[in-house]
Formats: sequence, C-alpha cells, structure tokens
Amino acid sequence: MGLLDLFNKKKTSGDYAKDRLKLLLVSDRANCSPDVMEQIKNDIIEVISRYMEIDASGLDIQITQTESEGGNGTVPALYANIPIRDLKQKAKPVK
Amino acid sequence: MSEEITKSSEKTSQEKPAVKTETEKPKTIPVRRKSEVIVITSGKGGVGKTTTTANVGTGLAKLNKKVVLIDTDIGLRNLDVVMGLENRIVYNLVDVVEGNCRYKQALIKDKTYPNLFLLPSAQTKDKTSVTPEQMKKLVEELKNEFDYILLDCPAGIEQGFKNAIAAADRALIVTTPEVSAIRDADRIIGLLEANEIKKIDLIVNRIRMDMVKRGEMMSIEDVVEILAIDLIGAVPDDENIVISTNQGQPLVGDNSLAGRAYFNICRRVLGEEVEYLDLNDSGFLKKLSKIFKKSN
Repeated sequence: MGLLDLFNKKKTSGDYAKDRLKLLLVSDRANCSPDVMEQIKNDIIEVISRYMEIDASGLDIQITQTESEGGNGTVPALYANIPIRDLKQKAKPVK
Repeated sequence: MSEEITKSSEKTSQEKPAVKTETEKPKTIPVRRKSEVIVITSGKGGVGKTTTTANVGTGLAKLNKKVVLIDTDIGLRNLDVVMGLENRIVYNLVDVVEGNCRYKQALIKDKTYPNLFLLPSAQTKDKTSVTPEQMKKLVEELKNEFDYILLDCPAGIEQGFKNAIAAADRALIVTTPEVSAIRDADRIIGLLEANEIKKIDLIVNRIRMDMVKRGEMMSIEDVVEILAIDLIGAVPDDENIVISTNQGQPLVGDNSLAGRAYFNICRRVLGEEVEYLDLNDSGFLKKLSKIFKKSN
C-alpha cells in the first residue's frame, strides 16, 4: 500500500474487478437465476415480517462462500442481511 | 534413435531421486517410468496456454525429463510455431489416431533437447476427428516412453476440451488477472473437478506489478482467493515472451523474469519447493536498462 492510498480511499478498478467477479462467480457456481433469488428474498421478507418489523428495501441476500466449520475448505452459504426496524414484536391487535 | 531413447530414459530414472533429496550423487537404481499426464487449459482463449505448454515442456526437458507435448487444438494448430518446429511436420495427431502412421513417425524431436518431442495437431481437420477414447488410448501408449505428457488444450469447453482432459491426471489452469479470464477459469475448474481430475494448479499469467501497486489490476493473491485452488506460479507480462515466440524458441530458464518464473514452475511441477520470484524488480530493471540503452 502506498502512501497515496491512505488519503485516497476511492475504490480502484482492481477492487471493482474483484467485487464484480465475486458476485459473478457466486451466481455462476450456484446456477441460481435472479428470478429465483427474488423469490427467495420475498419469502424471507414474508416470514421474518411475522415476527418483527424489517426494512424490506434494505434486505440483501447472496449466495457466497464461507469457511466450513469442519475445516475442509470453503462451502457455499446463503447470506442474508436483514435490517430490523423495530425489534419489539409487532403488537398484534387483540381480539 | 532407439539407443538414444534408452540412454535418456536411464538418465531420467537417475535424476528422479536427485530432485527429491537434492544429494549430489544420484542413485543408479533404475526406476520404472511413472509418467504424469498434464493438461494445460484456461477456458478463455489468448491467455497463454500454448506459451505455457511450450515453456513448461521445454523446462521439464531441461530438467532431464523425457517429455512429449501434444497439441490438441485441431484445426488451429499453434504449438508447432511457438516451438519453432513448424517446418518439420510430416504426420499429425489425426493421422496417428486414424492409423495412417505410427505415433513415432508423427513425433517431432526438439531442436535443442533430444528428450523433448512434439505431436502436432492437424490443420485441415476439425475437432470431431478425435474422440476422448482415442486420446486415452494414445496417451496410454505414450506413457511407456515418456515421463511427462503435456496436453495443450484448445479454448472453449466443447469437444476439443473433452479430448484434452480425457487422459489427464492433473491440470495447470492458466489465467490472467482479468474478470473474463478468471470467470472462465472458474468454470473450467468446476468441469475438471466433475471429471475427477484431482490435482489442479493455477498459473497467473501476464501480471503487471506496476498496475497491481496502483490498484488497477487484481493481485496474484486476489486471483488465488477467488479461484480457491493452489498456485503453482505467476508469470509477469514480459516482452521477452513476444520476442521468444517470434523466434520460435521458448525462453524458460533464461535470465528474463518470465524465463525464471517458468523455470520455477517446472521445478514445482516436479514437486520441489521453490521460493516465489519477486516480480517487483521488473519495473526497476526495465527502467535501469532503458537508461543504459538511452545513454548508448
């Protein structure tokens, strides 16, 4: 890392290449179409929303690689980042 | 001819223990030839498969192994030109497979190393002229005579690729630090694993350390992290490669940075542990040589 990098935190084209590739390979490897991912996303929103208030627009799901717990290399994993608006259980209307 | 073959085979069997133990006096126990079949592949075209095949093959011959290079790119043969042997072709791979000649008639001996041979591809046929089964049979025959059988794979994942990987024990994946090349390499790795090729090593080709430093090129570490296979070497983007291809003389083992990088890869292929080259000094040396050139 050069001294310039300390001041210039802009993403370089190399960073872009790496980020793009990581995403690209995930979908290549998973052979998972954007349509299917969208369905999964909507289902997750539906289920989680039963228990808490979440920010559906900020929800991000990806299929990525992660270190396996058995220590035998990387395994695919479904990563979901679900921003919670209100942790308290939604007050259900009392009958 | 046959005498020469036995001579060099004795030589190679003597050399085998020498590489591992690095003792000065190699044992003279004749070892039965244990050949390894390596496919050099990438998916994407133009990343340096043929150059890599030529240099790794020549380097292994330089290290006293008996080597045959097979150009499996039927219809677009190139390895003969990179090796500088294009004028000596009589028979080709398709002739051998179709039984028009024996494989020994088609093999071309290298200009420099008597223990290095090329089996050229056919220029006028197409990829369907050979089947994976025929390749396997041919390679089985060649195993009796050679320590290393290197298969130069065509670009793509069609018939030519299937032919090239059919008989391989291990693979060298060549890629450059570009999104398209790495994506294709990843696909190829998946296909090789599905075909039960267990040993897959990565060569990152055409790396430019000046660009990596600026952050404008993915580093070797980035590429290895993304593809998650073992690195066997990195080759800098060196103009000497162009010069050596112009001359039809692989540069492996010479003093250029690429020549040293390729020679290290050859030693690693043999199982030696070799420290990685510092590719950084290229910029400095280049600048220095430019200064000298100017002052002359």
